[in-house]
Amino acid sequence: MPSTKVMTMREAVERFIPDGASVALGLALEPLIPFAAGHELIRQQRRNLTLIGPISDILFDQLIGAGCAHKVQAAWVGNVSEGLAHNYRRAVEQGIPHPLTVEEHSNFSIALSLLAAGLGAPYLPTKSLLGSDIPAQNGTFRQSSNPWTGDPLLLIPAIRPDVTVLHVQRADEDGHAHAWGSLGICEEAALAAEGIILEAEEIAPRETLLSDPNRVIAPAFKVLAVVHEPGGAHPAPVQGCYNRDHAFYREYHQQTRTLDGFHAWQEHWITGVANRQEYLARLGSERWDALAIKTHRYAAPVDYGY
Amino acid sequence: MPDYTPQELMVVCAAREIQDGEVVFVGMRLPLIAFALAKRTHAPNAIGLFELGLVRDAPSPELLYTMGDPPNILGAEWATRMVNVMGLLAQGRADLGFIGGAEVDRYGNLNTSRIGDWNKPTVKLPGSGGGADIASLAKRLAVILAHDQRRFRERVDFITSPGYGEGGNWRTRVGLPRGGPGAVITTLGVLGFDPETGEALLRSYHPFTSVEHIQANTGWPLRLAPDLAPTPEPTPEELRIIRECDPQGFWTR
Repeated sequence: MPSTKVMTMREAVERFIPDGASVALGLALEPLIPFAAGHELIRQQRRNLTLIGPISDILFDQLIGAGCAHKVQAAWVGNVSEGLAHNYRRAVEQGIPHPLTVEEHSNFSIALSLLAAGLGAPYLPTKSLLGSDIPAQNGTFRQSSNPWTGDPLLLIPAIRPDVTVLHVQRADEDGHAHAWGSLGICEEAALAAEGIILEAEEIAPRETLLSDPNRVIAPAFKVLAVVHEPGGAHPAPVQGCYNRDHAFYREYHQQTRTLDGFHAWQEHWITGVANRQEYLARLGSERWDALAIKTHRYAAPVDYGY
Repeated sequence: MPDYTPQELMVVCAAREIQDGEVVFVGMRLPLIAFALAKRTHAPNAIGLFELGLVRDAPSPELLYTMGDPPNILGAEWATRMVNVMGLLAQGRADLGFIGGAEVDRYGNLNTSRIGDWNKPTVKLPGSGGGADIASLAKRLAVILAHDQRRFRERVDFITSPGYGEGGNWRTRVGLPRGGPGAVITTLGVLGFDPETGEALLRSYHPFTSVEHIQANTGWPLRLAPDLAPTPEPTPEELRIIRECDPQGFWTR
């Protein structure tokens, strides 16, 4: 029976991320950011999304600037190598393109929110952020105390995204996925979500994925869609596939200072192309090749024999 | 004029905060280089934790623009999930953490969230990232930021990362398990903290500036530490290593 999970990004977004959905993405922090999925959300003019993530290295800024988001639950929204995020600032400070609800988090609190959901727990307690103004601004946390000792504790409620989007190095048609490098909160978000969309550099045979089950990042039965999307994380890096395009982040920072600047940038890189292939063609082979892996470093194989 | 930049001196000051054998929660930007410098000079046995899920006992072989750059994963002792590394921090296994900020106040509280009215900020800053967690949970905190009156305020508008709060035993009162800022490394000097009151004290001034200049650029009457001295200048060896780590001067020029 042919797999029903493999599809284009256009179809995956059409079918599984409706207006008003809550979407977790950019979960490995700076690497493995699913820009291809984010750009398709913008092309399809999704509205009223809730964006969930630890930090977002310019992807949330693009979705906010394009008017897709009404709420952000994140620890940090900016441009890691360049600084502030101009669309995020415009939205919060001036309501442009429309007002944005922000629930401030720290990296640990967003991680605990997703971990709690993945454990089926209503909340998880921590001593982090006691004394910070983040709990008061966020409004969803509860100050409590350790029932055994009486010590102050902060309770971080579970967050259950409708969809978690992961960029991975390889997946099979059934939704088994291998990702490596630092994984941030990919696993927590995948376990917390109702469903998972994978964008994969490579579609590999099932035997390849199941040859190393410790490396499989989430249960395949939760995967809704598998999209073969080589280069889908650019300008973010993918270990073993390509490096970070630092200059791209700098250009984005410079070119999106004004709203008109962002619109021109968006037309060039998102709405003016139909899909990721056209985006990469626009990027050009010279620039793409400069990001290629210089020296491959393979891990030693492991023996699962019995 | 000195033959080094303020950023290079800040990297040196940050590296000197790292003691040999310590477990260090390495932040973004300048501390990425400070960790490499400390490892290659006085702290060869320091361990670096990176919040995206990395443990390293050797600095990255290349300059890092972000902690998630592929060279930082290559040769890591452990590449894992964020909660595992944050868990180490929460257990009190991080001796020292580095964070930056947009604003700091008299008691070492940092704002990286919003300037002005919370509901209608004049500047929306990116947010905590892992900063608030490091400030809450590390045994000792080092803060790095540019020094001017706009950034050094009597009270910050929003405490993203808690320092000593309102001073005294505030951290214990609100339930924080340990820690607090030990140093604020700036473009002009290094601040320490009064162990009793939690108030910032000027500990050293960079050789190209003066105590008066620093006080004039601080938004409260900045007290002086009893052992106030000029910041020791970078050694040629330290400068050589920094420039080897950052040959284009992306972070340090």
